[in-house]
Amino acid sequence: MPVVMDGDRVSRSITRIAHEIVERNRGVADLALIGIRARGVPIATRIARELKVLTSVDVPIGALDITLYRDDLRRHAVGPQPVIRSTDIPFSLDDRLILLVDDVLYTGRTIRAALDALIDFGRPRAIQLVALVDRGHRELPIRADYVGRNIPTARHQSVQVRLAEIDGRDEVEVEG
Amino acid sequence: MSTATALRSRHLLGIDGLEPDEIDLILETASAMKEVGARPIKKVPTLRGRTIINLFFEPSTRTRMSFELAEKRLSADTLGMTVAGSSVSKGETLLDTARNLEAMSPDMIVVRHASSGAAHQLARICHASIINAGDGMHEHPTQALLDAFTMKERKGRLAGLKVAIVGDLVHSRVFRSNALLLTRMGAEVRACGPATLMPCGLDQLGVRATCQMNEAIDGADVVMMLRVQHERMQGLFLPSLREYFALFGLTAERLRHAAPDVIVMHPGPMNRGVEIDSEVADGRWSVILDQVANGVAVRMAVLYLLAGEGESSEK
Repeated sequence: MPVVMDGDRVSRSITRIAHEIVERNRGVADLALIGIRARGVPIATRIARELKVLTSVDVPIGALDITLYRDDLRRHAVGPQPVIRSTDIPFSLDDRLILLVDDVLYTGRTIRAALDALIDFGRPRAIQLVALVDRGHRELPIRADYVGRNIPTARHQSVQVRLAEIDGRDEVEVEG
Repeated sequence: MSTATALRSRHLLGIDGLEPDEIDLILETASAMKEVGARPIKKVPTLRGRTIINLFFEPSTRTRMSFELAEKRLSADTLGMTVAGSSVSKGETLLDTARNLEAMSPDMIVVRHASSGAAHQLARICHASIINAGDGMHEHPTQALLDAFTMKERKGRLAGLKVAIVGDLVHSRVFRSNALLLTRMGAEVRACGPATLMPCGLDQLGVRATCQMNEAIDGADVVMMLRVQHERMQGLFLPSLREYFALFGLTAERLRHAAPDVIVMHPGPMNRGVEIDSEVADGRWSVILDQVANGVAVRMAVLYLLAGEGESSEK
């Protein structure tokens, strides 16, 4: 199955997204990154590293697990509950500009759950969305503010994002 | 770490029947749940629209409040029933009560009852998931799970821990569930109490029994004191409470035989001056209030994991 982004392309996308963030927000004042577990977290960490290079500012990073806010728990009629991992947001969201980071944007339901969760944590000034891959097929009125790459897909396909921190190497593959 | 991604049963009736990987799964889920309690809004929508009935046939403060809080933090709809003021006081049997409540289609029933096996009996007739919140002298699984969570939080592990459990063991469902859980997870369990309050079959449980307090505490990482259950004995077991305290009461002096970083646990309610000295209960060793705090997170984990088994109308 085709690898649609290799390691270089993944890094270049992240670097470009960091530049766009600085340009659009005229700096990084009051910014904070929150990665959606699992693969949003290393992407957020890499964006923070790029932002540090560009502006010498350490942008705070948090990790969000959205399992408790999912809308499909009752749809698994029989079967295991998704495993819950920890949420770790070591700063107040109030009046900050939050960059919500995920690896793949698909139906938008994960982002809906993440928005509900974030709003329970505080009242951010604004939330912007970062996705390494946008594969289309939205089921909710949600769009990303920063996209690494738009990849047209069919619904039956699956998009695998692999990151060195978790999977040993960087690549994006479309399967099926 | 844990290999289980789900509980194998849709009920939690006891520690007996839980495999080590299921215990790990519950404890790991509980750490994620604990973080919810630290948020500004201590509530998540996970069990929205689920109905949970709390059926308490015996008095309970901690366990009942802890379950209720756990249910509310997960956004479940909860109903409570105590014996006073219910039809149980008018002579209805447990099974009839359960059948009637079942007709209201709850998703889960949390039950505490003075008879051993009450939860198992409900599990046989109810479609709802049954959670045992203490049945007679049999089991109290969520207490053992929250004790294990607290030990793991403080000591980083369960395997190899030396745990002394002291007190009225024969009447204690907390002892039974803890002994089952801790031996299953590789801890070394020592049971200590007056000979009249020691249960049979400790060898089969893999528990070392002693009537000497100092022997039980020697080098212990955890000392768990259990309550003298006056309501379950009629004066035949103990000559006097003062003598009990002299032989089995936990004092700072006695604790010097334990490991230097020993923690002291008690499932509550405490009888100060009977099984535990106030200096110890309120001292630096004590994790008694951590146990209470962790109880909510552990019960949230259990409710969440059992909710995965589908609609109450399905088998």
